[in-house]
Amino acid sequence: MLSPYRVIDLADDRGIFCGRVLADLGAEVIKIEPPTGDPARRIGPFHHDRPGIEGSLFWQLYAANKKSAALDVESDAAREALRRLIASADFLVESFRPGYLDGLGLGYDDIHALNPALIYVSITPFGQDGPYRDFAATDLTGSALSGFAYLTGDPDRPPLRVSVPQFWTLGGAAGAAGAMTAHAHRLNTGRGQRVDVSCQQALTRTLSHAPQFWEMNEIILKRSGPFRPIGDGRNLRVNFECADGYVNYIQPGGATGGRGMTALCEWMDEHGEGHPLLTNTDFGAYGFGQLPDDVLDAMSETLEAFFRSRTKRYLSEEAIRRRVLLFPVNDPADVCSYPQLAARGFFRETEAPDGGTMTTLGPWVKSSERPLQLRRAPRLGEHTEEVLTGVGFSPDEVADLRASGAAL
Amino acid sequence: MTRPFAQPFEGLRVLDFCWVVIGPMTTRYFSDFGAEVLRVESSLRPDVIRHGLPFAEGKPGTNRSGYWANYNSGKLGLGLNMGDERARHLAFRLATEWADVVTENFTPGTMERWGLGYDALREHNPGLVMFSASMLGRGGPYDSQPGFGPVLTALSGHTNFTGWPDRVPVSPYGAYTDFLIPHIAFAAVCAALDHKRRTGHGQYLDLSQLEAALYFAGPPVMDYLANGRIQTRNGNHDPEMAPHAVYRCEGNDRWCAVACPTDTEWRALALAIGRADLADDPGLATLDGRKQREGELDAAIEAWTITRSPDEVMQACQTAGVPAGAVRDCRDLFDDPQHTHRGHFVFMDHPEMGRYASDANCFQLSETTPEYRRAPLLGEHTEYAMRELLGMPEDEYRMLLDEGVFE
Repeated sequence: MLSPYRVIDLADDRGIFCGRVLADLGAEVIKIEPPTGDPARRIGPFHHDRPGIEGSLFWQLYAANKKSAALDVESDAAREALRRLIASADFLVESFRPGYLDGLGLGYDDIHALNPALIYVSITPFGQDGPYRDFAATDLTGSALSGFAYLTGDPDRPPLRVSVPQFWTLGGAAGAAGAMTAHAHRLNTGRGQRVDVSCQQALTRTLSHAPQFWEMNEIILKRSGPFRPIGDGRNLRVNFECADGYVNYIQPGGATGGRGMTALCEWMDEHGEGHPLLTNTDFGAYGFGQLPDDVLDAMSETLEAFFRSRTKRYLSEEAIRRRVLLFPVNDPADVCSYPQLAARGFFRETEAPDGGTMTTLGPWVKSSERPLQLRRAPRLGEHTEEVLTGVGFSPDEVADLRASGAAL
Repeated sequence: MTRPFAQPFEGLRVLDFCWVVIGPMTTRYFSDFGAEVLRVESSLRPDVIRHGLPFAEGKPGTNRSGYWANYNSGKLGLGLNMGDERARHLAFRLATEWADVVTENFTPGTMERWGLGYDALREHNPGLVMFSASMLGRGGPYDSQPGFGPVLTALSGHTNFTGWPDRVPVSPYGAYTDFLIPHIAFAAVCAALDHKRRTGHGQYLDLSQLEAALYFAGPPVMDYLANGRIQTRNGNHDPEMAPHAVYRCEGNDRWCAVACPTDTEWRALALAIGRADLADDPGLATLDGRKQREGELDAAIEAWTITRSPDEVMQACQTAGVPAGAVRDCRDLFDDPQHTHRGHFVFMDHPEMGRYASDANCFQLSETTPEYRRAPLLGEHTEYAMRELLGMPEDEYRMLLDEGVFE
């Protein structure tokens, strides 16, 4: 879909997802990485647990569909090559600390003068200016400052992040949205511009209605463990232990929730493990969070006992059959065997770093017109020569760059 | 508001059947940046968050939900009773005579039952871009399974990765994946529009929320596929960094996150908390050494943070070059200096709710200023859509209104 467009991707592991999204949508994304390899290549775990510059699974995932040109942007000769590449490009993506690229003559003003139609996407924790501009950040500290952590975790323990980092991945996704908005503006005017992403803002936007609860009703929502607060200080359990892990069951109320809960009661009754109060409750008549206290209490104890003695596979498959709104809390192995993903052919085979094959995530959207392609992540410098000769370098000039250490 | 250039999507027409969050947050990008987004609502499938908390002044009402308003700013409200064949025909006409884009996130089959499936629409509007975002995608054994946003974190693995290793996992707050996917979903619709501009060809985009969400929890899935390892939640600890935790500060439920990505930050932190002895301890000079004594270090750090406010801790750490972030609750977010600087919360006036807060976009553009406008009342623009967009005579509009086709 975006095949006419070229993206120069200077983003490291913090902005890596932005270029992946644009590459998935068909753009030619050229990852510029140091001759020693991008920092993302050092993130473990590695393919077959063999560390090496090509084996990072993080890299394999988020650099798929990209090309790699290895250039040392701190060397003058490589920077001149990079400027030529940028002159030929439609987008640039970067995730350095604010000001770093200005110091190399590759800041927005420099690049805008070189290529006024270029869209320059910067992905940073807090944006290009403001009081936190120069703050150091990690996924954890970003989760704190965005308001995410306060809402997440058990009430008697500290606020939490997700153990799989979210902050940068979300910022990268937002960068792709900003890039396409700026692209629409360019189609109207011919002009490029800067897209300045704040990961903090992107994560704050995941807080659902919680900021509005404060602003409208002066209520500060708090973390509530495996429960969801349903008003008046009451809680509804949503994550339950089962025989081999956990399942998720949220009783949403209303007609749909009523049908599901009635089906669950029938299921428990068939095993003689139901509760008369539940069997006799018309759940469809109650909206989310409106169940009486005695029903809520009976639900907790009955469901906890019923789920605890059964496996997540049995519970979730039977739930599908009975149209009960119960789902497995998938661990990575469960994800990989989830029948719906297999039926849609989500997982794909691709070339592994060792030359064999490996399984990876397939495209995240299906297009009737231009099915998304999936190419393995590039080897370090795999496309250096192709990319440089494409902007007028002779093979000898490329060889000189390599000999000087400015390129690989 | 000064508008040095026209809005990027001015002239674009989006017929928006999306509801709840994932769809409306996707299409809000279009309304923020100048497109005409006509939000179709039906009492047959009322948007559940129109009646979702919180309400202005705590009083429930169809036009009073701050949750709903946040994701529908700048859209036009069209109320159709989709149980009536005439309403379905009017929706069909809007989709085929007016719209450039049709968006929806119902259970697969719903649009088809209304005669609004892609195949039916394409026949009369070949350049149409249609976007569907269902929970589990089209096709496959579970595609019609009922469900809603919050369960997706269970399926995608986010729930399993949120919590303490010795306890039941918790989930990220709310319908978490609904807020991740719109950024890339919007990018995909934009790419399809670019393709149409160049080739004249429309297309259908089928997005499985589960599949897209996996890109936000992908590395451990890759680890399982390649190595057979099953990673799990780890509280706030991190295999590559130590110390790495959220520490209790002075006050009631006040906290600050601190992380030491390398040995350098560790040494700086130890000195900042007045523990030169730890900074100089050779056993703590490496990640492995600190990992072995992580509990001891966490206690030493908390002994220092407990007498300080989160902002004091954050400033002291940042001054020393150590990543730190005060834990903000939702009240704090409205006073957060960086959010204030960036104008994260946008305040709008609404005829029923009065002043309310909406989130700004998480990127700023150097040449384009989004136009944030309040959310519509249910059916506020029905007459406009019928009379102006479809050219319906006034007497026909009145008759259909009287007969309950509109709502």
